[in-house]
Parts: sequence; C-alpha cells; structure tokens
Amino acid sequence: MRHIIAVLLENEAGALSRVAGLFSARGYNIESLTVAPTDDPTLSRMTLVTTGNDEIVEQIKKQLNKLIDTVKLVDLSEGDHIEREMMMVKVRAERPDREELKRLVDIFRAKIIDVTDVSYVIELTGASRKLDAFIDALPDGLIIEVVRSGPTGIARGAKGLTL
Amino acid sequence: MSLTAAQPDGAAPELSGAEIVIQALVDEGVELVFGYPGGSVLHIYDALFQQGSLKHILVRHEQAAAHAADGYARATGKCGVCLVTSGPGATNAVTGIATAYMDSIPLVVLTGQVPTPFIGSDAFQEVDTVGITRPCVKHNFLVKDVRDLALTIRKAFHIATTGRPGPVVIDIPKDVTDPNNKIPYIYPREIKLRSYNPVEKGHLGQIRKAVDLMLAAKRPVFYTGGGVVLGDGAAQLTELVKATGFPITSTLMGLGAFPMTDPQFLGMLGMHGTYEANMAMHETDVLIAIGARFDDRVTGKIEHFCPHAQIIHIDVDPSSIAKNVKVDVPIVGQVANVLADMLRLYREQQPKASAPAIQDWWAKIRDWRALDCLKYPTNTNAIKPQFAVETLYKVTDGELYLTSDVGQHQMFAAQFYPFDKPRRWINSGGLGTMGYGLPAAIGAQLAHPEAQVACISGDASILMCIQELATCQQYRLPIKVILLNNGYMGMVRQWQELFYESRYSHSYVDALPDFVKLSESFGHVGMRVERPEQLEDAMREAFAMRDRFVFMDVIVDPTENVYPMIAAGKGHHEMQLSPSHAARELA
Repeated sequence: MRHIIAVLLENEAGALSRVAGLFSARGYNIESLTVAPTDDPTLSRMTLVTTGNDEIVEQIKKQLNKLIDTVKLVDLSEGDHIEREMMMVKVRAERPDREELKRLVDIFRAKIIDVTDVSYVIELTGASRKLDAFIDALPDGLIIEVVRSGPTGIARGAKGLTL
Repeated sequence: MSLTAAQPDGAAPELSGAEIVIQALVDEGVELVFGYPGGSVLHIYDALFQQGSLKHILVRHEQAAAHAADGYARATGKCGVCLVTSGPGATNAVTGIATAYMDSIPLVVLTGQVPTPFIGSDAFQEVDTVGITRPCVKHNFLVKDVRDLALTIRKAFHIATTGRPGPVVIDIPKDVTDPNNKIPYIYPREIKLRSYNPVEKGHLGQIRKAVDLMLAAKRPVFYTGGGVVLGDGAAQLTELVKATGFPITSTLMGLGAFPMTDPQFLGMLGMHGTYEANMAMHETDVLIAIGARFDDRVTGKIEHFCPHAQIIHIDVDPSSIAKNVKVDVPIVGQVANVLADMLRLYREQQPKASAPAIQDWWAKIRDWRALDCLKYPTNTNAIKPQFAVETLYKVTDGELYLTSDVGQHQMFAAQFYPFDKPRRWINSGGLGTMGYGLPAAIGAQLAHPEAQVACISGDASILMCIQELATCQQYRLPIKVILLNNGYMGMVRQWQELFYESRYSHSYVDALPDFVKLSESFGHVGMRVERPEQLEDAMREAFAMRDRFVFMDVIVDPTENVYPMIAAGKGHHEMQLSPSHAARELA
C-alpha cells in the first residue's frame, strides 16, 4: 500500500542523506521525497511517498523516528489529508497546436508561464493523478520536458504537525 | 594540570579547539582515550601532551583503538573514547565502529579531518568520514566552527550513552583545533535535544498484560539478550527469574546477566545453543524476550520460531520490536525500570492467581537436559577445545573478564565457561569481527587493572590484530591469551565439512608463526601446550604470573566441531547433535 509520510527534521547538514541512506540500507521503497525548510528556519519538512505492507511501513516509521535528526513524524495516509504536486511542462506549441494546448490548460486549470513562437511552459498543481492525466491528455509528440516536484501533503482539520 | 585553571576574574577560561577537546573529555569524566596520532589531529595530540588529567593509550592500528575503547565500555558500562586521524585513520576505525554499532556499545570516536577550506578538494588524507560512517553509527557530527565544539562533544556523549547505546563519531577539521584561536570555554552540563527523547519507563498497562500472561503460562521461558547487560538490568532480571521459577535462556550477548551456573539457566540458545534451550523455545507458550533482538542466529528459520508462543518483548528501542517476529505484548522502556515494575506487579498479582502449573514443564526440560548435548569425547590424546575451556574455567574459578575473537573458540567459550556476572563475557556477536579479542582485552584490562583478563582466540583470528602485542608490552598489561590452535579457520572448516562435502577451500592456515617466539619477540611470555594432561598445570603457571602477559599456544584437535548446531534455514527443533549423540534416539 502507498503511504505518504511527513517528517519534521532538524535543519542540519546531512539530515537528508541520513533519510536517503536509511531507505537504501534497509531496502525500503521510496517513490518520491521532497524537502525544504519551514517557517521555523531550524526545521525542515520532508514529505516522502513509499510503498510496502503494514509491517514494513511500521518499521519505516520506527526507523525514521530513530534518526536523531527526526523531531516529529506523521503518516498522512492514516487520516484525511490533502496532497499537492507541482509540475512544469515544456511543450512544442506551433501554429496548429497552440489553440488545443490553450484549451487543455483551461480545462485543467493550469497556467502558461512562458511563451515563445514555438513553445509554452505550462504550470499545473494538483494531486499527482491529475498531473498524470494532464500528461496523458497532451497530444502525442509535443512534450519537450517535464519536471515534477513530487507530492507534498498536509492533514485536514485544525491540528498541525508542529512542535 | 587542568586546562580550566580559574581565571583571576572568574571568567570562562580561554581555550583553543584542541584544548577544548581535551578539557571536554576530562569534564565528561573520561579517564582513558585509545588512539593513534596523525596529521589532522596533531593540535589535539599537542594539547594532550601538555596536560595531566587524561590518559592516552597508544595502539598500533586504529581498528584496535575502536575495539579497545569498546572492550573498555563493555567491561565497565562507561562510554569508550578513541581518537584517530583523518583518512586512513578514520577508515581503519570503521570496522571497530561497526562492531560497536551492531552490539549497541557506547563509544565516542573523535576523528581528525582536513582543514575546512580543503574539505571536498581530495586533499591529502581526506575522506568523507561522516559519509562513510553514517550507516554504522548511532549519530555523527562534523564540527566546522570551534564555538560548536564543546556542545557537540556533550551531545555526542549524551546520545552514545542513553536509550539504546551506540557509537557516535565527531569529525573535527584541523583548523577547528587551531592552537592560536582561543575562545571562552564553558562545558554545558545539562543537555536537551528536542528530537531525541529515549523512553525511560515502560507502559504499566502493557506490563500488567505481560504479567497476566506470565501467570497463566504453562510452559514459559525467559529469553534474554545483550540489552539486559547494557541496561544494567542483571540484578532485576535475576530477582524476577527467581520469583517466577521460570526457566531462562540467553543469547550470546546476554550471557552472565543471569548466573549461568544456576539450575534455572538452560544454557545459550540459537545456532550453537543447548538442546534444552532450543527445545524450550520451540515448545514454550509464553516467551518473555528481554533486551534481545531476534537475530537470525537465534531464531533459526522464522517460520518455525516459537510456533506455540505468545510473545512479550521488552526493549528500549521501539524499532527492535516486531522487526523480525510478531509480538503480542510490546513494552518499550529501559530494561531495569521495566523489570522492576514487572516484579512488583508480579508479586502483587501472584497470590490472586493460582500458582503457575509449570512442574510438568520442568519435568520435560529435565528430560531434554538428560541428553547432555554438550558432551564430548575425553579419552583422546589431543586436547579437545571444549576441555581447554573447561580447564580455563576451573583454573580461574569462573572469575575472568574473558574476551573472544570469532569462530569455534567463541562458541566453545560460550558453551563451557559459565559466567555468573554481567560484563565478564566480551565478544563481537553482531558483526562477528575476527581480530576483536586482543584489543578488547586491552580495554578490559585497563578498566580493571587488578582483575584477571584473558582473550580466547583462534590461530586465524589472533593474526588479525596481532600487532597489539606491542601495546600490551608498552603498558605492561598482564593479559593471558588462550589460543585454541587447530591450524584451521575452524568455523569455516566446519561449514565446509558439513555443507560443502569437505571441500576445504582456503580454510587451512598455512605458514602459521611460532606463537611462542612471536610473543617472546614482543617481550612477553610464550607457552605451548600439546597434551591434555599438561594443560591444567600450564594454565595455573600462566595465571600465576600476575604481572606478565602470557601467550598460551594450545594445540587442539584440528577436526573438532561445535555442536549442537542448527543449520541455516532450520528451526529450533531441527538441531544437529554431535556424531556421538546422533546414534541415540532424540526425545
């Protein structure tokens, strides 16, 4: 089963490699991992997506908690939560395709953030599946480049993952 | 001379980074540092030279520095400290660090590093120490600013010694120890890390559940590990086991936490455990696991592990629980605290419940015991390694601090030298590091100068850190090495005999040195014993030399194997007994 785990880490050099090293050393799956400092500059927040049966995911959480740099951890998939991923797609946008691309951008509530005579850069944010659907919907052969942030997530409701 | 002589105005003393390293260790209560100098730690060694509070032990290889600090830690319960230079100094220490990590031994390892401006430039003797050691430390630090040095050292000791202990590396670039850059020094006494809060007390509700299970058990058994020794829970364990009357078995790492000569003790369990211990594991209905981690050498094939048991597991590390085996009652907490609570609740509950009906269980265990699974032939002209260990036990009254290398001799020692006290049996269980024994004995002997310390070893293992004979001479350490010399890598040879149709691929140790002359060349006493009837007198003679290092080269039967044995992939009930037992019908 897929799990999305949010981790508050001490914003120390090497904290990220400790997490990455843990996953490779113990043979855990890692689908994506994003990390950035939070409003508190001493803390980083990491979101990682992993898969495994209940026992493995339980071990993953225990091992993450065991890292000295881990301050707090929550398995967002255990409750209601919101996931968002950001993507930028560079597409070939020449005369015959430009209108069709513009319509797709509107349908998906995406944005065109860079324009040349022959290309667009499209920005789209949403659940990862929506991003997949947008890529599927693009006419064949137009994609030049895709960059995705990997999902981040937050729990619904008033409670927060804070100190 | 202390580096923190009070300033006239009462202000904090001004110290360089190098002086801070030394003074912080002194303030931490460290007595001994095991190390080897080199370019990146020269400032620290210069500060060491100019003070008198901290004793430094010069080893002959950085691996031995880590092992000696580790042996010191295991023999005392204190944190071991070592100091090595950058590059090869650090990489040599890695085997010792990994050894400590696998057995959860508290170490602080100070490594020199190239000056900060050179980091990442492939400078002379530069290596990414923090990167290399990351998977085999509890935590590590790179200190880039001298102002962070004292706090980092305090953090390192705190992390190394609390919770589930482990090694912590502090990597210190040379410019951070610059003798010309002095800053005010204050050693922080209290430390709080928001991201690190090991659990102290166990959950009382869970402990109550465990006690209920124990009171209802028909075939209970305690299975205890190194965590009881590390958590200083031996006294509490002994009291609880006595109060319950249950049988107890122990892992290799836990030997001595409960007196091994006590009738309630079934012997070690696992791959080379006793018949009665492994059969008890197979048939138990309530397993009380304490400070043990269900290692593959203990469990055998997981599918066959304790098929009838409800499992209680006490451990300070939550990630140890339910890692390999499903647990019914997990209890996270310091072993000593949990056992004290458990004993109290057990005594409160006991009168209310009917006395546990475990007489039948003990009868069964007595039958298993009657098999005498450790029995070995004694009417031989060759010295049997088992006989050598039994003689060692007799000669030393079981009072040794005994370190060991890895292989057959290690198993024979675990089977035939019953320890009645914790911290007496010092060996590399998790990583299985050949070469551990001699440097570990150095640490143990320095920790207990008056005690008798011996290292039991094999002719292959001993050569892996043989250079430490020089260290033993320099510090006049009266260690006794008991070399069970069979001319083979015995355990490798045993596996090749049993599982590779006796194709002894490279397990024969050709061109062994003359160990007697070798020891003598280092200034030690060397002895060789070749006949069983000479052994006891020779050992008495060796141990009577209270102020000499004696190397006993004991020539043993080259083809003896360790039994019983559970082959890889088999369950506890599928033990292989020695050929002399094999003819007999098993219960």
